[in-house]
Amino acid sequence: MSVNINVKNVIKKYGDNTVIPDLSLTIREGEFFTLLGPSGCGKTTLLRMIAGFNSIEGGDICFNDKRINDLDPAKRNIGMVFQNYAIFPHLSVRNNVAFGLKERRLPKAQVIEDTNKFMKLMHIDEYADRMPDRLSGGQQQRVALARALVIQPDVLLMDEPLSNLDAKLRVEMRTVIKEIQNSVGITTVYVTHDQEEAMAVSDRIAVMNLGVIQQIGTPKALYQRPANLFVASFIGRTNIFEAKLVLRDKVPTLVFEGGYAVPVGHVLPEYQKEMPVKVCVRPEELVISNTDEGVDARIDDSVFLGLNTHYFVTTADGIKAEIVQESQIDSIIPKGEHVRLTVKREKINVMTEDGSTNILQGVQNDLEKKAV
Amino acid sequence: MKKKYEVWTFITWIFLALFGLFLIYPMFGILKQSVISSDGRFTFEQFGKFFSTPYYSSTIQNSFVVTIAVTAVTLLIGIPFAYFYSFFQLKGSKFIFVVSILCCMSAPFIGAYSWIMLLGRNGVITVFLKDAFGIKLGSIYGFGGILMVQALKFFPLVFVYMNGAFKSIDNSLIEASANMGCTGVRRFFKVIMQLSMPTILAASLLVFMRAFADFGTPLLIGEGYRTFPVEIYNQYLGENGTDHNFAAAISVIAIIVTAIVFFIQKWATNKYNFSINALHPIQKHKPRGVAGVLMYVYCYGLIALAFLPQLYIVYLSFRNCDGAVFKPGFSMVNYEKAMKKLLVRSINNTMIFGIVSLLIIIIFAILIAYLVVRRPRPLNHTIDTLSMLPYIMPGSIIGIALVIAFGKQPLALTGTMAIMIIALVIRRMPYTIRSATATLQSIPISTEEASISLGAGKLKTFLKVTAPMMGNGIMSGAVLSWVAIVTELSSAIILYNNKTITLTMSTYAAISRGNDGLACAFAAILTVLTAISLIIYLAVTKSEDIKL
Repeated sequence: MSVNINVKNVIKKYGDNTVIPDLSLTIREGEFFTLLGPSGCGKTTLLRMIAGFNSIEGGDICFNDKRINDLDPAKRNIGMVFQNYAIFPHLSVRNNVAFGLKERRLPKAQVIEDTNKFMKLMHIDEYADRMPDRLSGGQQQRVALARALVIQPDVLLMDEPLSNLDAKLRVEMRTVIKEIQNSVGITTVYVTHDQEEAMAVSDRIAVMNLGVIQQIGTPKALYQRPANLFVASFIGRTNIFEAKLVLRDKVPTLVFEGGYAVPVGHVLPEYQKEMPVKVCVRPEELVISNTDEGVDARIDDSVFLGLNTHYFVTTADGIKAEIVQESQIDSIIPKGEHVRLTVKREKINVMTEDGSTNILQGVQNDLEKKAV
Repeated sequence: MKKKYEVWTFITWIFLALFGLFLIYPMFGILKQSVISSDGRFTFEQFGKFFSTPYYSSTIQNSFVVTIAVTAVTLLIGIPFAYFYSFFQLKGSKFIFVVSILCCMSAPFIGAYSWIMLLGRNGVITVFLKDAFGIKLGSIYGFGGILMVQALKFFPLVFVYMNGAFKSIDNSLIEASANMGCTGVRRFFKVIMQLSMPTILAASLLVFMRAFADFGTPLLIGEGYRTFPVEIYNQYLGENGTDHNFAAAISVIAIIVTAIVFFIQKWATNKYNFSINALHPIQKHKPRGVAGVLMYVYCYGLIALAFLPQLYIVYLSFRNCDGAVFKPGFSMVNYEKAMKKLLVRSINNTMIFGIVSLLIIIIFAILIAYLVVRRPRPLNHTIDTLSMLPYIMPGSIIGIALVIAFGKQPLALTGTMAIMIIALVIRRMPYTIRSATATLQSIPISTEEASISLGAGKLKTFLKVTAPMMGNGIMSGAVLSWVAIVTELSSAIILYNNKTITLTMSTYAAISRGNDGLACAFAAILTVLTAISLIIYLAVTKSEDIKL
């Protein structure tokens, strides 16, 4: 039985220090939801509030319509996977997995059956009688996951579960996690600071900074139409250019330093006026132009990575930028050469000068704005 | 979450009540007795008497002088010993380690007694040298004897501490200094010693406290060189005129002095503490050439000298003996005599007291560690501090305090087994509490959270997850507690009687009656008992990280 999770205006304080000022979000039933943000942004704090290990200083957290603020963590029916796995070192793999079932006083036969089923599901059945200190990191991870899922929880919580694994295992395990979540269909809240990992596993992602949610959306929405400058630069890489928004024949147009002009008709109506803006251009949205059009720049360096070639450039007004180009068969542009850069106009994003708002149409943000 | 009623709150109050009754109340009794004269007046005259009479005040000076000397000598012999052990592949290093531990954990006065048998007035070596070569050895009694016995007993503390510090030094630091042209002795002083400064400080203060509070050694070998702990005992139970009020006053002074030293130690170790992460532990070199030979001579010579007393006692226990005179030939006669002198009762008592105290200690230590680490509230820190108090108090003071508190109705416990066990628990719990606390701190709380989120309640989590995980860590502290319980002298000497006599007390009784053969038999059993306990422990832990 899966649930939706309603977080309403929650506040977290440590003494006088407010970590989460006022946070609301809704996690849908059966959804793989990720809290993403730099360290110290409050994502783990929020997760532990849902789990019941952190107190809640204000607001409500509900599973479906049931308020759980004061419910004992043991009674929330939550499966949790910890960053350090928190495998019981004094119990074998089998007993680790069976722990929660035994706590629920299920009949012995069912404990054995369920334990076996989930150990098989996580491919740890062959280590059933091993002690945890003889397992690799990946295997411990699987035990932790099996142990969390076997109790058929309403919610699965994962706190940076992959951060202790090496790069290759991390990629492998995130596939495993995604597949298991799909097949079990359980509402999952996942915490990570790794944006690539978040994109790989999530149905939706909430990007957090300083205890405040910046944007909630699908990975695609976050990448292509970030709600603000923070999201734009935290998800993927972004070059930021200063430009002016002007109206030419009533068409909103970006004018870059040096006069390069790009018409952007899809600016939100309320922002269709002259103002300075910040333009976010991802490395793959910059094109080295063959024409005279574009921003003037000098090649500082280049890195050939097979599939792509990265160029590092400095524009005429001193902005450092990165360009990713599919590698060409002809030679790499040498250092010091002057080039012209154009942008892929549908893909770039335009922010207000303070970076707080994306002024283009089509930004998906499921964040519930507070009624002012 | 709202603050709910928790079983732990209840446990906090139980501990406060227990410490209040068995520690604070008796201590208060001592304090009261030191300032209230026998006719009921409030007076500081006991303190005045102590400081104005050189006969008494000199004991504090004596204690300081000999303790400082002991500390200096242990550092002087312990640091090179630790350096050779940690930086060179000495053959039989495991053996060296085990023997060192055995030396410093032996019963407190057996070393002194054995040295008397070797070098005392009628010691074998003294007599042999005089008869064969006409050489007259200086007296072993007094300052020199205390210094020698304590230095040989306590240098392993320095060794264990320094070994820990040396192991935390990253080999790359050694290589870096070699790169910059700093090697050998220069490197030892300019790099290695500098890096180990906090540990040297911690070790020397530990030795200082141990030596200062040591009662057995100066009692036997001190003679005219009167030290503080012995004076307390003499004033309370001694042969020539006792004065309980005066003994109480000296006790208060002793507590204050040791408390000051203890707080200096805490302050200093915090201030000079810096942690280095050794990614690459020190690479041990093979000892070579003359220097190598000298290293072997030094290390093995030192442990041989330190271990000699214990071996000699065991040897003597099998010698024929008539009263105080050892005769040629070997037999079990000493043990047969011991059988008649309450040997069985002593062993029984020792084991019963030991096991009961240890069980109480382990349970209390787990609970206290949990309160301190997982429920860090002011009240629980108070419990932690209270439980550590006895660690810095000379044992005879605890003995006296308990007699004062429980010598009369309604709680007349003096002379019972209960009071012996209470004294042992109070005195020896700190070892186990420290190791339990350290273990719990190293267990990530998420393991307990995992258990809770899987549906186990808090108490169940504690019983099924926390306590079993602490098991191994507690073992190390518990063994140290056990050995200290078995070899307890200073508080037992105040509290014991014929019914509650222990091995240590039987040994001491035989020594003080000049019954050397008998004393050796008791001492040998005690020595073997502690040795076996420690060897089992060292075999089980396999680790050199012992917190003494």
